[in-house]
Amino acid sequence: MTDREIPRIVSARWDLADGHTLERYRETGGYAALEKAVTTMTPAQVHEEVKAASLLGRGGAGFPAGVKWGFTPPGVFPRYLVVNGDESEPGTYKDRIIMERDPHLLIEGVLLACYAIGAAQAFLYVRGEMALAQERLAQALNDAYAAGLIGRNILGSDFSVDVVLHWGAGAYIVGEETALIESLEGLRGMPRLKPPFFPAAKGLYMQPTVVNNVETLSNLPWIVANGGAAFADLGAESSKGTRLFAVSGHVRNPGVFEVEFGTTTFRDVIFGERYADGIRDGNRLKAFIPGGASAPWFYEEHLDLPLEAGAVGAAGSMLGSGAIVVMDETTDAVKAAWRIVRFFARESCGKCTPCREGTAWLEKILRRILDGHGRPADVDKLLDICDNISPSITFPPKQTTICPLGPSAVSPIASAIMRFRDEFYAYCGGGEITVPVNGKAYLSTPPTVGANP
Amino acid sequence: MARFTDENVAIAEEIIARYPRKRSALIPLLHLAQEQDGYVTEEAMEHIAELVGITPAEVLGTASFYEMFKREPVGEYLVNVCTNISCMLLGGEELLHHLENRLGIKAGETTPDGKFTLEDVECIAACTEAPCLQVNYRYFYRVTPERADQLVEDLRAGKLSHEVPRHGVLSRVRQVLPENRAGVAPPDRNVEPAWLARNETATEGDT
Amino acid sequence: MTDTSAPPTVTITVDGKTIEAAKGELLIAAAERHGIYIPRFCYHSRMRPVGMCRMCLVQVDTGRGPALQPSCMLECTDGMVVTTDDPVTKKAQEGVLEFLLINHPLDCPVCDKGGECPLQDQTLAYGPGESRFVEEKRHFEKPIPVSDLVLLDRERCILCDRCTRFAKEVAGDAFIHFMERGSTTEVNTFPDHPFASYFSGNTVQICPVGALTAVPYRFKARPWDLEEVESTCTSCSVGCRVVVQSSRNRVLRYMGVDSDAVNWGWMCDKGRFDFEAINSDDRLGDPLVRDEGLTLKTTTWNDALRRAATAIRQGLERSGPEGFAVIGGARLTNESQYAWVKLTKGLIGSDNMDAQLGDGLPAEAVLGLPRATIDDACRPGGTVLLLGPDLKEELPVLYLRLRHAVVNDGVKVVEMASTATSLTDGLAAASLRYRPGHALSVVRALLAGDADDEVGGVTPEAIRAAAGVLGDGPLTVVVGRANLAESPRSIAAAAAAIHHTRPGVRFLSALRRANVHGALELGLSPGLLPGRVTLDAGRDWYGQHWPTLPEAKGLDTTGILRAAADGKVDTLVLLGADPLADHPDRELAERGLGGARVVIAVDQFLTESVKQADVVLPAAGYAEVEGTTTNLEGRVSTVGRKVTPPGTAQPDWVVAAELAARLGLDLGLESTDRIAAEIERVAPAFAGLTWDVLSRPAGHDGVVVGLPRVHTDGEEAAEAGEGDEARDEAAGDGEAGAEGATAQEPVVERAETAAESAEGASPEKQPTGVLPPETGVPVPVWTVIEPPSPDAYSLRLVVARKLYDRGTLVRSSPSLAELAEPATLRLNPQDFERLGVAAGDDVRITSPRGNVTVPTVPDAGVPKGIALVHANLAGGRANVLIDGQSPVTDVRIELP
Ligand SMILES: Cc1cc2nc3c(=O)[nH]c(=O)nc-3n(C[C@H](O)[C@H](O)[C@H](O)COP(=O)(O)O)c2cc1C
Ligand code: SF4
Ligand code: FES
Repeated sequence: MTDREIPRIVSARWDLADGHTLERYRETGGYAALEKAVTTMTPAQVHEEVKAASLLGRGGAGFPAGVKWGFTPPGVFPRYLVVNGDESEPGTYKDRIIMERDPHLLIEGVLLACYAIGAAQAFLYVRGEMALAQERLAQALNDAYAAGLIGRNILGSDFSVDVVLHWGAGAYIVGEETALIESLEGLRGMPRLKPPFFPAAKGLYMQPTVVNNVETLSNLPWIVANGGAAFADLGAESSKGTRLFAVSGHVRNPGVFEVEFGTTTFRDVIFGERYADGIRDGNRLKAFIPGGASAPWFYEEHLDLPLEAGAVGAAGSMLGSGAIVVMDETTDAVKAAWRIVRFFARESCGKCTPCREGTAWLEKILRRILDGHGRPADVDKLLDICDNISPSITFPPKQTTICPLGPSAVSPIASAIMRFRDEFYAYCGGGEITVPVNGKAYLSTPPTVGANP
Repeated sequence: MARFTDENVAIAEEIIARYPRKRSALIPLLHLAQEQDGYVTEEAMEHIAELVGITPAEVLGTASFYEMFKREPVGEYLVNVCTNISCMLLGGEELLHHLENRLGIKAGETTPDGKFTLEDVECIAACTEAPCLQVNYRYFYRVTPERADQLVEDLRAGKLSHEVPRHGVLSRVRQVLPENRAGVAPPDRNVEPAWLARNETATEGDT
Repeated sequence: MTDTSAPPTVTITVDGKTIEAAKGELLIAAAERHGIYIPRFCYHSRMRPVGMCRMCLVQVDTGRGPALQPSCMLECTDGMVVTTDDPVTKKAQEGVLEFLLINHPLDCPVCDKGGECPLQDQTLAYGPGESRFVEEKRHFEKPIPVSDLVLLDRERCILCDRCTRFAKEVAGDAFIHFMERGSTTEVNTFPDHPFASYFSGNTVQICPVGALTAVPYRFKARPWDLEEVESTCTSCSVGCRVVVQSSRNRVLRYMGVDSDAVNWGWMCDKGRFDFEAINSDDRLGDPLVRDEGLTLKTTTWNDALRRAATAIRQGLERSGPEGFAVIGGARLTNESQYAWVKLTKGLIGSDNMDAQLGDGLPAEAVLGLPRATIDDACRPGGTVLLLGPDLKEELPVLYLRLRHAVVNDGVKVVEMASTATSLTDGLAAASLRYRPGHALSVVRALLAGDADDEVGGVTPEAIRAAAGVLGDGPLTVVVGRANLAESPRSIAAAAAAIHHTRPGVRFLSALRRANVHGALELGLSPGLLPGRVTLDAGRDWYGQHWPTLPEAKGLDTTGILRAAADGKVDTLVLLGADPLADHPDRELAERGLGGARVVIAVDQFLTESVKQADVVLPAAGYAEVEGTTTNLEGRVSTVGRKVTPPGTAQPDWVVAAELAARLGLDLGLESTDRIAAEIERVAPAFAGLTWDVLSRPAGHDGVVVGLPRVHTDGEEAAEAGEGDEARDEAAGDGEAGAEGATAQEPVVERAETAAESAEGASPEKQPTGVLPPETGVPVPVWTVIEPPSPDAYSLRLVVARKLYDRGTLVRSSPSLAELAEPATLRLNPQDFERLGVAAGDDVRITSPRGNVTVPTVPDAGVPKGIALVHANLAGGRANVLIDGQSPVTDVRIELP
């Protein structure tokens, strides 16, 4: 961990009681970037700054925002901007804080993005269960309209755009960008197949659409104000800027932390005093989820990996949505796996057979095992069912499904079985241990400690 | 009860007008129906079908996909206890069981007096504040059994009505699209936004 | 610029085999065309792919290594390497099948689909051997009726989205939908909103498991007991290709066949389920004659034929051929129609013959105006003017085709109708609500593009808007009878006006009755002879082939009924006709049937009209005879025989031959294939159209009669369609027709005769030296007197048809009969107060002709001042009201 003071790019106003008001936002430098862009920069220049910043998407996939914006086909209008505020991945908690405590930051980011890509309308899709975020955003939008910051001829310029607040109604899958678009069209939130439906080319109403995460867009005011280069000065080679991580579970000081991206390590955020401050009750670490419920688990030996997409990927997992869930030695691995699988089984949209039927089946078997009716053969059966959802159980996953939700249910099971197979057998009444499915290890980088006792 | 009141029809029409296609207003209208009646009635769905020009089956197809739309009456207070991973690790399951005992119902049920409906829900994005729950989608963090008991009492006594509106009411602030709105961008009208022309002017200026 | 190049192709490798695919073609389809079948459940070639079931996963390498991809969503790109049988693919397919089966009940032995179930078949072919699923299966309440005709067993459903996609995308009736989410997803309807669609039966056909079953077929047979024959549906004139399936000499089911030119595999529910009528106990099995006590008594054929022949002979002796008349024949095959035309016109010498019952259009309009095919009307980017009935009610599958064209291919529709149709809402780009009786002036204004004042109830703005949509690009006019209370002449005159003004316009007839177009093509209409020639033009030619010919043009149905009422008809033959139910002027029909000296009916059912006959000869019907039929495009296709007729019922042509024999005449027709051969030989427009042609692959969709085959204009020739290909192919084979195929005649534009539609179909020279006449029927000038507006106390009557009515087929099909609504009077909601009636009131409608009492229904689709009553419904016969003498009928409403 570097000790240098890093700017708080997206969390600057979190400590202010009135950081969500337009007044306080403006007093603390808010909407200056918008004014700068609209009065002194061309849309292309704003886009250039974002490219120079190498801002990676914070929604999970980590795709560079500037590159994504460039995929909108030239000459095809209208274009739309859709803000993904559906934050629902277990362990993930960061977008909601931004929306509740600094809604204008997000709105300013939205306006900058619309300006840069030429979006004629923006839709702010907030998770349905987040009533306070909806209230704060609605108020912020109303105030910003009244101040001439949104709407027709923003700040007296030729830039005009509406931002429509929209919210969901309880469906995790709607966080997937094409499902989000379907939902925004009033449909069931079922993902579209990519290709051919890459939103940048064929998105909302089959028009070019940029979908960005709340945190991603909230970086834009700082980038425009300070320049893309200043942003790129922070962080590591492949992961620039700062990033929010929510550290939850068995830690002394759970919280959402803005840390320098790419240089900070898992050990820093989990054990560092400034951050989560170590495992509670002096217990030992058993495992941790590095990037939300869909990510394969990490263990002790991964603590010194930097929070950097490449390194984490090479080690067989992902940073995903910036959700670190820490499990200490008291954790029941079978139960933890079941909890996560139940989530995916409940949240499957039902479109793809392997996901719809497979996740539900996995959940039933795990529940049966937890209820004491497991059989030793169930363990390999679980893995084979996993293999039918995500062939050869590798990471990043191969899919027999349209979107990665189905394979996401495979991560916790494969993680738990590979590392804690004995716990499964303990539930199942012991028995012979057979080889993992297809004879392949789960992680693309084999764990350094043997999986079986 | 049931179809939209005249006042809500006016709101519904205003909501519909925000979107390039009517059907996009479907989820907001279902929320409006739930706000009106506490749950989504069949009559409301039929009314929504008329307003956006689709069949009632299509409305129900969408409504039934999303968990928040209740198609049967629920308690005045919907208590959603998170039992997903972060909360599970810190006692979410125990909290749920405690509330089950306290309220005398199982998760998924409503107390006979119609006050509370208890649900066992997935992650509600407050993982660092585990174990947590929502009442009518208002958060309560780090809820110990004692705090849960207090909460139930306070709710019963109506002490929290300023914080927790009745079920169905989500945002108490409605977005208004004022005079200076830019207007919808219909998908079938291919016009380049005015300000993008600045790019060309700039390039010309450069050369 | 030339655009003659073939569509671009790409080369891909599938299982080591190099195959060509069209650019953009889906991998699953390209592979199938080359004999490599990739298993699938959700994919259906006539619907948008959704990639849901994941059964069609195959390994595809586009340069970045092999990966599993759904072949139903993947477009072929050059160089793609595909394997469909490798271990990874196999494992994925097995996995998907296992997943589908874990919640699928094991009730195959009692499931209708058992034995023809893709899930069963694919489990055998690709599935895992044993079940590893020990948890509890999903349970739903046993079959729920999603409509009156279709049951849904949700436990069996594998959520392929076929039925729901069909309902939304194809039928436009999104009444069934996915509900809930994830593993609890199910297909269902909204409470109390059933899947009331005219097309619901298609979902049963495309369901890949037995989740959707048809009430009329449920538990009736096992697939392996079924025999089948391919045929053409004759429930209306669209002529959907179907297979007729039977078991133990009973027809049990029809299934749509994917005919690219016609129905794309779809059928309407009426066509699909009216097979019940074939098996009806009410079918006539034996001849009947009226005894002295004036009741109809069963008798022998010998007796019945003798009596019929005696009556005919006496009639001829008394008043010559003019005293003999035939009404009907639209239900017959082409071959039987020819036999009856030859008997009537060529042996007896009477021209009083009409297959239409006053509810159609002048034959000259149907045959004389240049014809369009369904594909012409639906061609991407074109425009259609609807000057006819509500297609969904009368020609349901044409509605589906046109709907697809509008929704997917940018076809624009201008609708001219006096009341709203199913195209009005969402499909028609412009609607002209004209007042009945004013079609011609509205069309004139439309062609002019403008009007100073309101025309026939249409505002100048509406005219201008519609004219704007009409543009001057390719135009097809769908022309038919929307309103039985409006004179057909005004429609014909309007159509002719368009023809004279818009070069290149084509007309698609919307006459709905089964084989009415075959009847017209074969001369079952006054003034015509078989093969699209007039009596006058064909006189010399037919003089060579038939013993006699009528001296002059005879009477149409209305004329025949009038003559009969006046005592001038000695023998009236009802050839599958029920004028009391179907003729617009019921009062005239009653007087006509009463006034004819002897009525001979050839029919399958004892209809109201048949009950008035003196001799009743039972006819064999659909699925009981073989032959051909002609659809509204003029497309000739086969009908197949699968079962034997009830009792001693005979094919209609046999009846004609027997009668001829008893009259001492020789029809010279001994079998259907001989008749077909004679039609091909003598009927000019049918030259080259042999049964042999229809049995070839190129003739599979049928062959269009008399379409232009040879043009100087290259584009037009390409347009001529697959039927001509088939015919040319046949012509090339033998000597017959060779000349026709090579004649390079340019199109000759003759405004008066409009015969160009049949150009080029000149048949071979005859040894006699008399050349066959040119095909084509002149379009006469119809004079039309536009009626004055109704007075302030009256409403103008519109009588339109519903799909389910009291017609014989529906009434005799128990599953459908229930679906026919009772008669009502539909009025504009704003007219109620003015008329002093309330919604639901029983009111008496009175016209100069009669009155009926029916309840009222408010209907915003009915303009003010219009009274809409549907034809032939229980509780009030609309044709009691219609004044056939007048161009329109005005009625008054009062509380009884
Ligand atoms: C199952 C699933 C759930 C997702 N949920 C979210 C979410 O809640 N919030 C989010 O921003 N992105 C989510 N994503 C990622 C989005 O699809 C998309 O990549 C992202 O919104 C793009 O924004 P970004 O480029 O700014 O990260 C999800 C993806 C999947 C496959
Ligand atoms: S993988 Fe699951 S969630 Fe994703 S589209 Fe398929 S069924 Fe839906
Ligand atoms: S046939 Fe391709 S996914 Fe179903």
